[in-house]
Amino acid sequence: MSGINDFAFKMGTVNGTGSASANALLMQAIFRMGIPVTGKNIFPSNIQGLPTWYEIRVSKDGWTARPSAVDLVVALNPATYAKDVKAVRTGGYLVYDSTWPMDPDLVREGITILGIPFGQMMVEHFEGDRDRTLLRNITYAGSLAALLAIDTTVIERMLSEKFGKKPKLLDANHKAFALGYDYAKAHFACPLPFHLEAMDRTGDSILIDGNTACALGALYAGATVGAWYPITPATALMEQFKAFCEKYRVDKATGQHKYAILQAEDELAAAGITIGAGWAGARAFTNTSGPGISLMQEFIGLAYYTDIPAVFFDIQRCGPATGMPTRTQQADLLSLAYASHGDTKHIVIFPSDPRECFEMAVQAFDLAERFQTPVFVASDLDIGMNDWMVKRFDWDDTYRPDRGKVLDAKALEQVQRFSRYLDVDGDGIAARTLPGVGGKGAYFVRGSGHDKHGQYTEDSDAYQELVDRLKRKIDGSAEHLPAPVVSHQPGAEVGLVTIGSCEAAVHEAAELLRREGIHTDYMRIRAFPFSEEVRRFLGRHEHTFIIEQNRDAQLRSLLAIELGVPRDQMTPILDYGGMPLQAQTVVQAVKTHLAEVPA
Amino acid sequence: MTSIAKPPVKHPTARTNGLGLTLRDYEGAMSTLCAGCGHDSVTAALVQAAWELELEPHRVGKMSGIGCSSKTTAYFMKQSHGFNSVHGRMPSVTSGAAAANRGLTYIGISGDGDSLSIGMGQLSHAIRRNVNMLYVIENNGVYGLTKGQFSASADVGSTSKKGEANEQQPIDPVLLALTLGCSFVARSFSGDKRQLVPILKAAIAHKGLALVDVISPCVSFNDHEGSTKSYAYTREREVEAVHADFIPLKREITVPETGEQVRVVELHDGGRVRLRATAPDYDPTDRESAYAHVRACQKRGEIATGLLFVDENGRDMHDYLKTVPTPLIDLPYEELCPGRAALDKLMERYR
Ligand SMILES: Cc1ncc(C[n+]2csc(CCOP(=O)(O)OP(=O)(O)O)c2C)c(N)n1
Ligand code: SF4
Ligand SMILES: [Mg+2]
Repeated sequence: MSGINDFAFKMGTVNGTGSASANALLMQAIFRMGIPVTGKNIFPSNIQGLPTWYEIRVSKDGWTARPSAVDLVVALNPATYAKDVKAVRTGGYLVYDSTWPMDPDLVREGITILGIPFGQMMVEHFEGDRDRTLLRNITYAGSLAALLAIDTTVIERMLSEKFGKKPKLLDANHKAFALGYDYAKAHFACPLPFHLEAMDRTGDSILIDGNTACALGALYAGATVGAWYPITPATALMEQFKAFCEKYRVDKATGQHKYAILQAEDELAAAGITIGAGWAGARAFTNTSGPGISLMQEFIGLAYYTDIPAVFFDIQRCGPATGMPTRTQQADLLSLAYASHGDTKHIVIFPSDPRECFEMAVQAFDLAERFQTPVFVASDLDIGMNDWMVKRFDWDDTYRPDRGKVLDAKALEQVQRFSRYLDVDGDGIAARTLPGVGGKGAYFVRGSGHDKHGQYTEDSDAYQELVDRLKRKIDGSAEHLPAPVVSHQPGAEVGLVTIGSCEAAVHEAAELLRREGIHTDYMRIRAFPFSEEVRRFLGRHEHTFIIEQNRDAQLRSLLAIELGVPRDQMTPILDYGGMPLQAQTVVQAVKTHLAEVPA
Repeated sequence: MTSIAKPPVKHPTARTNGLGLTLRDYEGAMSTLCAGCGHDSVTAALVQAAWELELEPHRVGKMSGIGCSSKTTAYFMKQSHGFNSVHGRMPSVTSGAAAANRGLTYIGISGDGDSLSIGMGQLSHAIRRNVNMLYVIENNGVYGLTKGQFSASADVGSTSKKGEANEQQPIDPVLLALTLGCSFVARSFSGDKRQLVPILKAAIAHKGLALVDVISPCVSFNDHEGSTKSYAYTREREVEAVHADFIPLKREITVPETGEQVRVVELHDGGRVRLRATAPDYDPTDRESAYAHVRACQKRGEIATGLLFVDENGRDMHDYLKTVPTPLIDLPYEELCPGRAALDKLMERYR
C-alpha cells in the first residue's frame, strides 16, 4: 500500500522520556504540509519506564483508521525490540540506535535496517542525562525528516513557535534536529521510496483530540458546573474544560469565575454533584470511564426516576475491573443503556470522532434538559486521547440552549396547581420548576415511590403510571437523537453496521471490499434508543455485520433486544484487544464469513 | 403509607413573623414517624428556627439522604423545594445544588447511619469543601428505618433489641467534624428545644458548613439502659410513648466546680443521659480547647452539648471556587458562550 503520502511509521520508546513532544512535532509538521495524517498513541498505564508507541499514518486519501501495516519502525526501546522488528512489513525499514552492538533481536530478513548512533551523538554534543534523554527524541525526528522528506522549514517554524522565548532551548533543539537530519542524509539514500510531498488537503481541518472537543462542547453549551474524579482516559476532558473556562469564563474586572469545577472525593459524589446542580437548574456534567460508571449506578437511577437532567461523558476504556486503562474499547454499551437497578433505559449518544464530540456534547445538554434525564456521551480512549484530523468546528451564534419545560414564576401564575410529574402534553415530559421559584412551584424530589403529583406512594397503579410515563418519554426521544449515518452502494446485499470510533476503519474496509467486488451498505448508529431508520436498515438487509469493540457483541444484543432483529441475521465482528480498529480486521472477517456462508 | 397533608386551618390569633407568616406556614406534611420519635422534635425545632429567622420558605432547599431522619424534610416547610436523595449522598447533591445556585439556604438532614457509615466520605468532603449549609445529624445510635441494627455511633456496650452487645468504638460526629476543620460544630438534644432552636438559627446563619449533631432517640429500636443516645423503650410503655409528643425530659441541674451545667435526662427505664452544656465562659472559637472539652466530657460519661466551635471568618466553597456572586443559574447564556468568532480564532491553535 505504501507510496508517496501513503504510508505509516511508528516509534517505540520508553514512557517518561519525552518522546511524546517529538512525535507530536512530526505529526503536526506533516499536517502543516497539507497531507492528511493521524496519530495513535499506544501508551502504558504508568508514569515512567514502560514501553510506549506512537503510530503515524499518512494518507493522501484521508483514511484515518489505525494503519494495518507499518512501513518503518524506530526501535529505541530494547525491551520491545523483538516485537518492534516483527511489526515492520516485509520490505519495510527499521531504525535503531547503533551506538551499541546490534541486538540479535533486531536481526530480520526481508527488511532494511538503518543504524543511527543516537546515544553516541547525544554524549558528544550534549551535557547531562536529562538533556541527552530529551533531545534524543528531537534527533530521531531529524533523521525521520530526512528519510521521509518532511519540510524542514515547517519544523523550524514549529520549533521557533514552541521555544521562541527560550533561546537556549531553541538552539539545543535545532542542533539536535540537525544532528539526526544530517546523519541520515550522509549515510542513507534519502528520501526512502515512500515519503512525503506537500499537498493541499488539510486547510479546512484541525488536529484535535476528543476530550478537548467534548470540553469545548460543554463550554459552548453553557455548562456551568463540572464534577469529576480523575480517571484515565477521561481526565483531560475536565482539565481542558477548566483551561477553556479560565480563558473565556473569568470576569476580567473581578477575576471571578462563571463556572464551578468540583474535583469530588469519588465518582459517586461526582454524580451526586452533577445531579444536584441539574436539579437546581445548571447545565452540569461529569466525565468518567467504566469504573466510574459502575460507581455511579445508583445515582443514575435516581436521576432517571426523578426526571433530573445530567450529562455523563463516558470515555470508555478496556475491560472490567481496572482492566487496561490505557487501551480502548466499546464495552460499556449495555451498562450505559440500562444503567442502575430497576427498570431503566437511558439516552446514549455515540460520537465517532472529535468533531462529533464537540457537536454531540452540545446536543447532550439540550437532550438532557429537554427530556429531563441522564444523557450519556459514549466516547472512548481512541477518540478521547488521540489527535484526529477532522474538519474545523463551526458555531452558529443564533444557538440558544433548549432548557425544556421549565415553569418560571410567571408561568406558574397561570397554573392552578403545579404537579411535578403530570404528563400534560402526552410526550411523557412533565414541566419542572427550579428551586427558589415561588411557593406554588415547590415540589419534593424523592427516590422513593412517588405518584404523578410527586407525592409519596406505595400504590401499584400509581407506581406503574409513573414508570410507564418514563418509558414513553425515553422511547419517544429516539426520533430526536442524532440520526444514523447511512450510505448505500448499488447492488449491495450485505450491510455493515457499526458505532463510534470504528467508523474510520469500517469506512476504509468498505472501500477495500468494494475494490474486491464485495458491495456493502453502511450504517453507523449514533444514538440509543434506536430510531425507525435503524430498524428499517436492518429490515432491508437479510444479512448484516455488526462491527464493534467488545467481546460480547453488545451492540448486537441491544439491536436484538430493542428491535427484535434475529441474532442470526447479524454477524458480529468483534475486536476487543484494546487497540484502535484496523480496516484489515474488518475486511478479513467479512471475507471469511462470506466464503463460509455465501450471502 | 402516603404522607398526609395537614388541614390548612389558620389559627386567627397565630403570631406572625416579619414576613407575615405563622409557624404553621413553616410546617410540612404530617409526619409518618413513630410517635415519640426524637426526629419529630428536631423537625419542630427547625420549624421554630426558620420562622424566627424569617426565612423565605421558597428560598430554602431541603436536602436529605435515606433513613427515618432523612424522611423528615417532607415534614417541614412545604413551600420549599426538597430533595430526598440516596442513602449517604445528601452532601454531594447539596454541593452540586449550592454550586449551581448559591442564593438559597440549604438545610441538610441526615442520620447517623446516613452520615457516619455509608455517607461518611461524603460528610467529610462536604466539610472539607465547606459547603454553605446546615447539616443536621439526627443521631439515634441505630438504623431506624431498617429496624434497629447498630449504627457507627452506637456506644460500646449498647445492646440491640435482640440482646447483642456492640463492642466497636463509636464514631463521634462532633470530634470528626472538629478534626476535619469544620467551621461550625454544635450538639444538642432533640427534646431540648430551648437549646436546640438557637443553635439551629446560628447554624443556618453561619457561612459555611454548620454541623449540628442532635441526639434524637429512636423509641422503637434502641431500648437498652446506659445508652447515651436513646430512651430505653419497652413494649409495656409503648402506649405512653404514642401519647407523648416527645419523651418528657427531666432536668436536674447540678453545679460542679467548673461552673458548667450538667443536665441529667431521666430515661423511661430509669437510665440517665448526662448532657453537659457549655459554661457561660466557654470559648467556642478555639478548636483545640473545643476538642479537649468534648473528650473530657466523654471521659466523665457525659455528652458535651451546645455551640462547641465556630469560625466565622472561614472561607466557604464559593470562596475556594472564586465564583461570581450571582448564582450560576442566573448568568445569561450570552455570558457563558464565547461565540463563533472566538471559536474560529481558537481553531488556529489546533493547526
Ligand atoms: C444503598 C442503600 N443501602 C441500604 C439501604 C437501606 N437503608 C435505608 S435507611 C438505612 C439506615 C438509616 O439509618 P440512619 O441514617 O441512622 O437513619 P434513622 O432511620 O436511624 O433515622 C439503611 C441501611 C438503602 N436505602 N440504600
Ligand atoms: S424507627 Fe426509630 S428513628 Fe424510625 S421513626 Fe421510629 S422511632 Fe424514629
Ligand atoms: Mg439512626
